[in-house]
Amino acid sequence: MPDRPTSPTVPRSVRTDSPAVADAETEAGAVEPVTVLPAGGDSRVIRSVLLALKGGPLFILGLLVVILWITTEDHVFLTFGNIGNVLEQSAGVCVIALGQLLVILTRGIDLSIGSNVSLGCVVCTVLFRDTQSTLLAIGVTLLAGLAMGAVNGIILVKGRLPHPFIATLATLSIGAGLALYIASGSTIIGAPDIVNRFGGGRIVQIPGAGSIGWFPYAALVVVAFAILCWVVLRKLLWGRWIYAVGGSPEAAVRTGVPVKGVLISVYVLSGLSGAIGALLFVGAADAGSPFTGAGMELNAIAAVIIGGGSFLGGRGNVTNALTGALILGVIHNGLNLLGFNPNWQYIATGIVVILAVELDVVRAHFENRFRSLQARLA
Amino acid sequence: MSATRMTDTPVLSVRGATKLFGAVVALDDVDLDVHAGEVLALLGDNGAGKSTLVKCISGVHRLDRGEIWIDGAPVHLSSATQARENGIETVYQDLALFDNLNPTANFFAGRELAGPSWLPRGLRWLDQRGMRARTQQLLDRLQVRLPDFDADVALMSGGQRQAIAVARAVAFSSKLVMLDEPTAALGLRESAKVLELVRRLRDDGVAVILISHSMDHVMEVADRGIVLRRGRKIGEAAATPENQQQLVSWIVGAQSAA
Repeated sequence: MPDRPTSPTVPRSVRTDSPAVADAETEAGAVEPVTVLPAGGDSRVIRSVLLALKGGPLFILGLLVVILWITTEDHVFLTFGNIGNVLEQSAGVCVIALGQLLVILTRGIDLSIGSNVSLGCVVCTVLFRDTQSTLLAIGVTLLAGLAMGAVNGIILVKGRLPHPFIATLATLSIGAGLALYIASGSTIIGAPDIVNRFGGGRIVQIPGAGSIGWFPYAALVVVAFAILCWVVLRKLLWGRWIYAVGGSPEAAVRTGVPVKGVLISVYVLSGLSGAIGALLFVGAADAGSPFTGAGMELNAIAAVIIGGGSFLGGRGNVTNALTGALILGVIHNGLNLLGFNPNWQYIATGIVVILAVELDVVRAHFENRFRSLQARLA
Repeated sequence: MSATRMTDTPVLSVRGATKLFGAVVALDDVDLDVHAGEVLALLGDNGAGKSTLVKCISGVHRLDRGEIWIDGAPVHLSSATQARENGIETVYQDLALFDNLNPTANFFAGRELAGPSWLPRGLRWLDQRGMRARTQQLLDRLQVRLPDFDADVALMSGGQRQAIAVARAVAFSSKLVMLDEPTAALGLRESAKVLELVRRLRDDGVAVILISHSMDHVMEVADRGIVLRRGRKIGEAAATPENQQQLVSWIVGAQSAA
């Protein structure tokens, strides 16, 4: 904000070229200064609208489920078997969407997440093929993901880049190249048993689908990672810092938040999510392909945006990001069941993303109205 | 008017403060003293260097030359955290609030209550209930009421946001509070309330540096005024009605004290 011209004799009413012009005008006749009066009836309505918009992603998911339940043959969409399929097929995207959420919360983006998944897929399967060591295959895969995330974060912070777009675009290319090189461009068959179980197994103890079971182990991995992210974001100081950096990087520096460390940490966690996602994909297929993650960064980003995340930072939460990823999975599964050409899923995804960002515009509108109402009441 | 409360050693002394931005001299050899229980007004036209000086004292910028003394001891303020640890609090023009966080989180931004202390800071568990209770306590003490403690600051009006920012600085300050145009975006009565907070601070024995373009407000609460012009200190006078004309002419550059 630039300084205003200094002339002590100018009447106060003229000096209103500040961001809060409306406030200055509406509050001139206020009864109670600084003090804030409780919101009146109108603002209560707006507040409930805002609350409803917060649950927007869950509402869309519910709507999709109902529509698919009605339209699929024999209501097959809502059978245990199919629900298990949706959960298993979405699991990988759910995990990397959570990683992407952390990054987007800090106003960033991790375009390399798809390559990271591909790299993880081939690192795991190649190591297992060559050493037959489960521990080595899983351990090095996780380390590779963490390392790729750390590289992203360090390039961003130490390279003093204004935005991670280019840095992660570069590591996207590097990761994809590395994956192709390690796998010699082909799919590698065979994965550790435990990876196969968690990527593609069903828990038979959970009743509903007879002896084969329906509830996928992969969903447990998603839940575990989601709880980890939730604890980080909601319960730890670390998460408060993540939201602070996204809300206002300037203010974060001024209030002593270790901004650089926070930025690196979210890319490291995103890298970890890529490795976990890769293990899930490997397990689901009992194989690793250097093309598994190609284009998957768009799914991860779309999931976060559908879940109400904002590229302006500081907005979004674990539940809504998961909901976003599930919406993508449900669309994919539903179009399949309804016999559409699979390519329609890309078009449908695009439409849902547009809907999601429009909902965000509506939300911003109501927030503005709420603010000016508050100013008038105060 | 509060000379009786002043002690011999200033809370803050700045000597020969110089700050360059490339070829631009933002601050040129500025001296300044503030005592406990004193309100010092920092005056000057656009680009006079007021905000730069405040940012240097609050650790956001580093001085290229010059020294900062707190309670008679030289300090090196290389970060905002260090300044805060030295008891210096700042309310910036743009408030430095986090729109996406609620008032409690804003209040404790950068000094969250979290434990246990043997863990690295980032991994500590937030004491959300404790912070909420203390925020309520502090706002009560300052007689600031908020309708909803759990609403994001983004949902609050300009006046409400200003109240939170000022209250935050006031609540945690121990020695020196700097306010960069705290009343610029406020209506008449809200401004009065903020000025009342400033007076309450002074009465508590805190040193206050106030940047304001409103000569009325300066006359109302300040004990002394310092005028900057193109980065240099060109005048200093007690903020009394007799000196008002003098201060104004320094600001607009009609005459120089030097």
